[in-house]
Amino acid sequence: MHYSDISGLSSNALFRLLHKMLIIRETEEWIAQKVGSGDIKCPCHLAVGQEAAPVALSECLTKSDRVYGTHRSHNHYLAMTDDIEDLISEILGKESGCSKGMGGSQHLIKESKGFGGSVPIVGATIPIAAGAALAMKMRNMSSVAVAFFGDGATEEGVMHETFNLAAKMQLPVCFVCENNLFASHLHILQRQTASSTVRFAQAHNINHIQLDGNDVTLLYRKLKLIIGKIRTKCVPYFVEVMTYRWKGHVGHLEDVDVGLKRSEDLEFWKQHCDPVTRLYKPMLEQALISEEGFDILKEEIRKRIQCAWEIALQAPYATEDKLLRWVYKN
Amino acid sequence: MLPKTNCYVGYIRTENIMLLNYAESIRLGFDYLLKHYDNVFVIGQGVWSPWYVGTSMIGLDVTYGEGRIIDTPISELGVTGMCVGAALNGMRPVCVHPRMDFAILAFDQLVNQAAKWSHMFGGQSHVPLTARLIINRGGEQGAQHSQALHAWLMHIPGLRVVMPYSVQDAHDLLIAATLCDDPVIYIDDRWLYETTSLVTEIQELSLNNIESKCIREGQHITLVGAGYSTHLCMQAAEQLTLQGTRCEVIDLRVLNPLKINVVRHSVEKTGRLLVVDGGWASCGLTAEVITKTLETMDLKLLKKNPQRITLVDAPAPTSRALEKIYYPTVEQVCQHVKAML
Repeated sequence: MHYSDISGLSSNALFRLLHKMLIIRETEEWIAQKVGSGDIKCPCHLAVGQEAAPVALSECLTKSDRVYGTHRSHNHYLAMTDDIEDLISEILGKESGCSKGMGGSQHLIKESKGFGGSVPIVGATIPIAAGAALAMKMRNMSSVAVAFFGDGATEEGVMHETFNLAAKMQLPVCFVCENNLFASHLHILQRQTASSTVRFAQAHNINHIQLDGNDVTLLYRKLKLIIGKIRTKCVPYFVEVMTYRWKGHVGHLEDVDVGLKRSEDLEFWKQHCDPVTRLYKPMLEQALISEEGFDILKEEIRKRIQCAWEIALQAPYATEDKLLRWVYKN
Repeated sequence: MLPKTNCYVGYIRTENIMLLNYAESIRLGFDYLLKHYDNVFVIGQGVWSPWYVGTSMIGLDVTYGEGRIIDTPISELGVTGMCVGAALNGMRPVCVHPRMDFAILAFDQLVNQAAKWSHMFGGQSHVPLTARLIINRGGEQGAQHSQALHAWLMHIPGLRVVMPYSVQDAHDLLIAATLCDDPVIYIDDRWLYETTSLVTEIQELSLNNIESKCIREGQHITLVGAGYSTHLCMQAAEQLTLQGTRCEVIDLRVLNPLKINVVRHSVEKTGRLLVVDGGWASCGLTAEVITKTLETMDLKLLKKNPQRITLVDAPAPTSRALEKIYYPTVEQVCQHVKAML
């Protein structure tokens, strides 16, 4: 396994990266289990294995920046907010959820922590993030907008329209393609002529880079520079992070929708590319954390999830009046 | 390329009253918004060019700069999506689609994103976006340059839809739409651009307080229209007066959410309802107006079954011969009225 390079980073910074990734990992595995048991009905597109990029990026942003997500955004949401409680409540459709019980797993928001919204129409938040960047530029805010999307979204026309617009208008937007090699049930080579999507950014004269999407310290170092460049030079940037989806397209099962071949690949990714292990092992070697400390950390997160789950179960659903309440603002 | 003039002064101004045409009124509305609200900007294909937007935006790019009046690549969906994003981040964009047909390419952002954003996030975030969709028919342009798709947009909860007929409303509704915190579809009609009227000084109105308006009183029949079809109703009412028929004309103005009270009160008085529309019949504006009226009124007050004038169920033709019979006319409205008396 290729470990993350932890040299030069403070133990505090490393610990934050590890802690955030574990929060995502444990929460997603918990949700997977509850989807399996039937306690969660809302369709959940889980991001186990894709913890590193959103965690690294969240450490590079400031309060006035905005992140927009997709159908698979529990990882983006948790990286930005650390808010397990509101996420679980939302997935259960409870009024205490981050979207007041009106959004479920696929429509998450927490503007106070920079998460501007996630929606499941593929590619839809790409122009929305570019528009956020336009507003930031017009208001002289020195802020950055981020659009997370998957490799499947690069097949949507709106991405190409937006790349041209963002490049021509020089907008401070970071396009982050989480290339997990699958769009729903199809492998990228069944859909495109190449397994990398950076050629699309190249075609529109947008600065671009392909990164190991499961190496959190590498991502942190590179994204810090990239976000800084976007912020100071007011230019768009395209970052492709190569990663892998541990679960199926939707739900808790690993390979139900993509067949046996994938289960072999999946084993490889789990054994050799797990972003959590890749950070934990070198931290352990350098005595920045102990095995016992690691277990305690996970246990604390699990307790927090358990507690959030129990509170959410007891919480009320959004009441009937809410059906009409927010269709219009007033 | 036409020369850019600094300001288009096409109106006479005396005290608080001005004589304007419809296009100049739209321009005046934009001018007011851009002058008074730093967070308003206008974006879309052709906003620098009278070829696309007629005289309704002349000189705005010179006065307010190309950073606030932004002409764009041909990317309806991308541009509209950017407007959603800008609206979520403190701006009040007006997104212009110079032919409504092309706005269909932007419907994901209008229908899936803008219309649903507030609801699906529990009212914590709103999209104060105005999409200006222009109906630009006739002139042998054919099936993909001639549509009036307001009914399609009326179907969507979360979108407000306004359609000005009067010169006054051309700017009043534009200003109200842009200052509204919800996504608003503002639909103007090139066939109205030369209509002229005296207008009063600009005032900021809340869309919540704007509804259908009785613009001509009469006791024999209620004619209902929106945008250009209101113009047809008014022309017909004028002609029919000569024959002793007094038509009441209701201009709908706000199509979604549609408040039916004004229409219902009128039909309760006249007992006759004729709705005129430049769209198709099925699931259309006329269907909605008639249904909403009938389901809330005492049917015993009806003297005749309600009627409607719409397009036939066919895409717009190209030749002038077929165009002539395709679109509703004043004569058609007059004949229908006579048949209903």
